[in-house]
Amino acid sequence: MSFVEYSDCIQDGDVAIVYLNHNSVMPVKVQHGAQTQTRYGVIRHSSDLIGQRYGSKVTCSKGGWVYVLHPTPELWTVALPHRTQILYTTDIATITMMLELKPGSVVCESGTGSGSLSHAILRTIAPTGHLHTVEFHQQRAEKVQEEFTEHRVAHLVTVRNQDVCKDGFGVSGVADAVFLDIPSPWEAVGHARAAMKRQGGRLCSFSPCIEQVQRTCQALVDQGFEEISTLEVLLRVHDVRTVSLPLPDFGPDSRTETSPNHAAISLKTTTAPREMPGHTGYLTFATKPRT
Amino acid sequence: MADNGDDQYRINEGDYVVLKRGDIFKAVQILPKKKVIFEKQWFFLDNAVGNLYSTTFEISSGGILQPQKQKETGNPSDLKEAGTDNRHIVDDGKSQKLTRDDIETLKEQGLKGQEIIQQLIENSSTFRDKTEYAQDKYIKKKKKKYENTVTILKPSCRILAMMYHGREPGKICHLRYDTLAQMLTLANIHAGSKVLVFETCAGLVLGSVMERMGGHGSVIQMYPGGGPVRAGVESFGFPAHFHDTLHEFPICHVNALLAGALDAAAKDPTADEKQFGLAAEEEQIPPEAEQQGSPEEQSMETNTEDDAGQDQEKIEKEKRREAKAQEKKVKLEEKQKKLAAAAALLEGRNADGLVIASRFHPCPVLMTLLRFLSPSRPFVVYSQYKEPLIECYTKLREVGGTVNLRLTDTWLRHYQVLPNRTHPVLLMSGGGGYLLSGTTIAADRSKPAAPQQSEEPAPKRQKLKDTEG
Repeated sequence: MSFVEYSDCIQDGDVAIVYLNHNSVMPVKVQHGAQTQTRYGVIRHSSDLIGQRYGSKVTCSKGGWVYVLHPTPELWTVALPHRTQILYTTDIATITMMLELKPGSVVCESGTGSGSLSHAILRTIAPTGHLHTVEFHQQRAEKVQEEFTEHRVAHLVTVRNQDVCKDGFGVSGVADAVFLDIPSPWEAVGHARAAMKRQGGRLCSFSPCIEQVQRTCQALVDQGFEEISTLEVLLRVHDVRTVSLPLPDFGPDSRTETSPNHAAISLKTTTAPREMPGHTGYLTFATKPRT
Repeated sequence: MADNGDDQYRINEGDYVVLKRGDIFKAVQILPKKKVIFEKQWFFLDNAVGNLYSTTFEISSGGILQPQKQKETGNPSDLKEAGTDNRHIVDDGKSQKLTRDDIETLKEQGLKGQEIIQQLIENSSTFRDKTEYAQDKYIKKKKKKYENTVTILKPSCRILAMMYHGREPGKICHLRYDTLAQMLTLANIHAGSKVLVFETCAGLVLGSVMERMGGHGSVIQMYPGGGPVRAGVESFGFPAHFHDTLHEFPICHVNALLAGALDAAAKDPTADEKQFGLAAEEEQIPPEAEQQGSPEEQSMETNTEDDAGQDQEKIEKEKRREAKAQEKKVKLEEKQKKLAAAAALLEGRNADGLVIASRFHPCPVLMTLLRFLSPSRPFVVYSQYKEPLIECYTKLREVGGTVNLRLTDTWLRHYQVLPNRTHPVLLMSGGGGYLLSGTTIAADRSKPAAPQQSEEPAPKRQKLKDTEG
């Protein structure tokens, strides 16, 4: 197992994703002799996990069952322990494409936060790219470094514990893309520019508030960035269900003999969830021209 | 100019590039003396060769491109006079002193777009009274119309997806670029994996998958009909070694492959004939392409000796035909070899991902192609319409073998961010299609999948869950 390479069977030391149901997954560090409690009972790693195929059904002690899935950045995003607010897959997908990330890309990111986006970046830029990520909170920086090692992607990433607005990314002239998710991105735009390749590259800044976007856009203009574009992507999830619509009783009809008693028409449709995330953040993209 | 490390950033002859003006894109190949029409202007790309990508060119008379020296920034007019509101601006249709003919004359004189705009401003009686913002807007609008520049970009998934969506959404089943972005992420496309792609999106989806794999791993394109459509893939301008990772397999042989009867099918004369016809179709010589596809044509070709030697013209025609037939035979053999290679990749039924985006009904495609996936692998199906995906969802819940099913779509909203003029862009795209995504799981060996099998381990609140079957 690795976050950048599939394998078929679960091995000691892997991180597996236990799928309980469609809104409940948990990450499990697979270790000989270890046990994991779920609401359906206990999972014994030595017998239930190690050597099993990813995707297998595991019957827990209480008779319920779960599936053990191969980790992916997307599953990790919904399973990871939050240390900060995180970016979700919808925004991550947009960021990845609009930053033109691909194998070999060199990327700068700040802040690392809980590492949700970092894992997606690493997946995309492997095996030849590199991620330089900056997190000013020491404990978070250490924790995420630990996770990268556990997930066997540490060779693709450098975590720096510094303030990106003051000290920049710790590299210069190497990045194809820069991503900013910090409270005052306009203070880091200059550093972003310095981190990027002389030949140019792409930048993205994620901000929840429009005032942040305005200041960032101004800073981008001042720093000579081009193609500045701000957008927002909203995910809508559709619940598939069969609904039944009753037909009213119009009383006896002279033209037909029978009067339907419990007439109803059922049909397959989707419903919107009662509540949905209405806003995550604005994504501002820009191109650094060749200098 | 010629610094080290810039070579890969330079435009070469034969390169596939994207032309850009404003928000308009067009993909072309750089060929000598090739006339290109873009945004009502024509020009030759010869001069672009040797320049760096992302250079903006001015189009001078005769269609010759010249690298723009300095980006003209700011407003062409530096007069900072502006009104505060429009209470005195009357639309009498006479504010512009230049007539249409005057403007045409200016154009013919070879005036630069910038200069024409300056003239328009100077001859507009109301420009000075307009608010600063209205002036800005006026200039922007005129720039769009008169500026004769073009920027040459290196193609990427982002640019091509935006281009197709803007220019030819019908060709890509109205797949919007943010939806394509979701697909690539949901399917966990990355280097080193083995991915199945079934698409009728001109090759855009396939190319995007290939870009994300960076030439590592393998992509198997399952194609319907005559042959794989790859116009979009070409536009990416991938290096040659990327194409070594690309395989193709005709969807019409999938049943045979699943039944383990593919070899027989491939040797079957009717299958051969089909292949033969396909090879011919690929030649893409417009006047003959139609004939070649028909069975009559093929029978004619097998009897070429009969009518040979009638007259000179015909002989030559036949010769060409024969040469072509020979060529076709070679192509056919190549095709068979490729088919066998793709079949070998599929037979392990251990693919790492599945991406479907086509004009076909997705349900049978999904149900069949899922059988080639390893357990615990993601798949994603695109459809322009929601209803067929509802059917897919229902069917998958019925037969089992998948978890994490989600039917989604995304809304994309662009913003204009300008001092004191920040708001959502007035026009947004109405729909970018729908996605069904999920993860495969291992087949349950202990008991056959019951129709009512729930993916949840007997939750108490099952009644509240979506219904099945």
